[in-house]
Amino acid sequence: MTKYEKRRLRLGLLFISPWIAGFILLSLYPLLSSAYFSLTDYSVLSKPVFTGLDNYHMLMEDKLFWQSIWNTVFFAALSVPINLITAIFLAVLLNFNLPGKKVFRTLYFLPSLVPMVCLGVLWQWMLNGQIGLINQMLSPFCEAVNAVLGTAISPPNWLADPAYAKLGLVLASMWGVGNATVIFLAGLQDVPRSLYEAAELDGCNFWQKTRHVTLPIISPVIYFNGIMGLIGSFQVFAVPYVMTNGGEGPGRSLLFTATYIFNKGFQAWSMGYACAIALILFLIILTLTLLATYASERHVYYAGK
Amino acid sequence: MTSTRLGLFGLFFLSVILFGFWLEEENPHKTEDGRIIIEYWDKWSGAEREAMQELVDEFNRSQDEIYVKFLSVSNITRKIMLATAGGMPPDLAGVWAADLPVFATQGALTPLDAYALEYGIAPSDYLPSIWRQLVVHDHLWGLPTTPATNALHWNKDLFRQAGLDPERPPHTIAELEAYNERITQFDDQGRILVLGHLPTEPGWWSANWSFWFGGDVWNGHDTLTADSEANRAAMNWIASYPERFGPKPLLGFRQLSGVFASPENPFFRGRVAMVLQGPWMYNFIQNFAPEDFNWGVAPFPALRLEDYGTSLVETDCIVIPRGAQHPELAMAFLDWLQQPEQLERLCLGQLKFSPLAEVSPDFYRKHPNPHIRIYRELAESPLARSRPQILTFNEFSSDMGSVIDNLVRGEQSPAEALQELQARQAALFDRKHTQWEKVSNARLKEWSSQ
Repeated sequence: MTKYEKRRLRLGLLFISPWIAGFILLSLYPLLSSAYFSLTDYSVLSKPVFTGLDNYHMLMEDKLFWQSIWNTVFFAALSVPINLITAIFLAVLLNFNLPGKKVFRTLYFLPSLVPMVCLGVLWQWMLNGQIGLINQMLSPFCEAVNAVLGTAISPPNWLADPAYAKLGLVLASMWGVGNATVIFLAGLQDVPRSLYEAAELDGCNFWQKTRHVTLPIISPVIYFNGIMGLIGSFQVFAVPYVMTNGGEGPGRSLLFTATYIFNKGFQAWSMGYACAIALILFLIILTLTLLATYASERHVYYAGK
Repeated sequence: MTSTRLGLFGLFFLSVILFGFWLEEENPHKTEDGRIIIEYWDKWSGAEREAMQELVDEFNRSQDEIYVKFLSVSNITRKIMLATAGGMPPDLAGVWAADLPVFATQGALTPLDAYALEYGIAPSDYLPSIWRQLVVHDHLWGLPTTPATNALHWNKDLFRQAGLDPERPPHTIAELEAYNERITQFDDQGRILVLGHLPTEPGWWSANWSFWFGGDVWNGHDTLTADSEANRAAMNWIASYPERFGPKPLLGFRQLSGVFASPENPFFRGRVAMVLQGPWMYNFIQNFAPEDFNWGVAPFPALRLEDYGTSLVETDCIVIPRGAQHPELAMAFLDWLQQPEQLERLCLGQLKFSPLAEVSPDFYRKHPNPHIRIYRELAESPLARSRPQILTFNEFSSDMGSVIDNLVRGEQSPAEALQELQARQAALFDRKHTQWEKVSNARLKEWSSQ
């Protein structure tokens, strides 16, 4: 390395030093220290006592931990694809050259500006089994089905019935789909017109153009939104916490891993145990992200590569 | 040139850090007129905060040495624990007595025994049911502010409509259920219009139903007994609700419960006739119930008549966290607050009863709540109970809440639910208990020397 290169390196490091300092202090250090605390019995106030893998042994036998993992995986498996498809669909619609498209774009983005706590309270009422708006909309449909088929179906008690509580939350999570829509829209506008024109010359219809031109070109955006959605849904906390008034939902159906970490760390003061759960959650998210990266490698197209 | 820039850059960062230290130095915990600032955090807001603020202001006016800075803090338990762990706790903190076992055994508090001796504060000054909650492992950790007991609150108009004597509340669980059957009404679609009673309405004391069934959930020392006969009887009683009223109508009813502090409260709206509640209800009824709301207060019914008069006594209290900067001055304010005149004013302001053994005749005369004596009598009764002083109470209580929710939805049998809960909670309880045993000798020695 020449003297000039060394000086450039020093300057480069200096300029990214705020980020490096932030990363070390706010990400790396907490990660390493929580890895250490997960091997201890630690209650915040007293000194941590090293207990080896005790916390992990207990976790393996902890039914509530497994239930929280199941709830989280179930929620992620439903909400990530549903939100992705909805966001792409909305972005395609908003990409049409229609009068007032800017107004529509703003309108679809607006709900994602609502703070999480307000969202929780809002959906608590929207999903109310008796007077909620969702059931008010479903009631005529159920009545029509009942009249035709002679059945006796009724809209579900979303937040009071374990079978529907997570579905209710998936519905609520779609409220924030505007963020992903805007990113997809930016991706859609980047698709070269020439490719569409070439496809049209080849006689492609709308669906074929979408499948063979649009989706491959915006695949990095789909990948990005997919990963962000995955991470976000594995960390779901605020909305179900507010919706259940700090509880765990009917039959613990809304006990998510992040909620369980919070309960163990800040209500039971078993910080070592909470750190062990957090580390497992981190490893799950890391593994899934790596798997998604590996699986999508052949399907994501980067124009610059 | 580059090294000059680098030097300037470094100098800038250094000056920012030094500025931070200077800011810290500029805050010497003193007022402009030289009084030492005592920081006091409490959980109260609204009218309850106002009542304490008035007293704090009066104390501050009388002082030339101390200035109490009173802050209203939400989620206080968590914040005090973290502030203490971080070495920056307030000098005084208002917590619930039920939190004292965890706070004390974690070493988060300063024992008050020596101060109590110095200021002549004795157990006989207070109601025994209050004092015993402030003592953990034979040491005093806090002094009381505003206590409460829970009792049956009933809607007299709904009693009258059901053909019941509105002045005679039920005394036993059997009577309660007989009344319940008379009062409960369904509409033609099978939905519940009015319910006599539902244990989950409001369901704030999930861990303590065994009290009214003549038992507890631990042996008072080292064993959790969630599957005791009393708790089993209590859970069987709760499980009978979905059997009698149907899980689906109950679910629908619970969904319409509404926010407690609002006109949507089902008790105020006449949707539920009997609830287990506390003295704060007076305030909420004044604010949210219809003007002609006709209600009464009596002990909550017990399984056996000889246990009629049982209640759960709770109290707010003030503690001095470990590491507080001015514990002696904090204690001076605390002692002033404990004088009957001040404490009674605080309890009047917050519409509670007095925790002191002696109550001035004026107190009841001035008290707006016509039922206040009933709450106080419940706290004076030998049947008065308090929350179990167990280190896993928060987890236990939340777990019991889930069990009760499962029972009301008719999803689990009481025997199975309690068996699972006992296994889960006993393991947690034993773990905490063993941890405590390991450090107890050192802790007890340390507390005795303070």
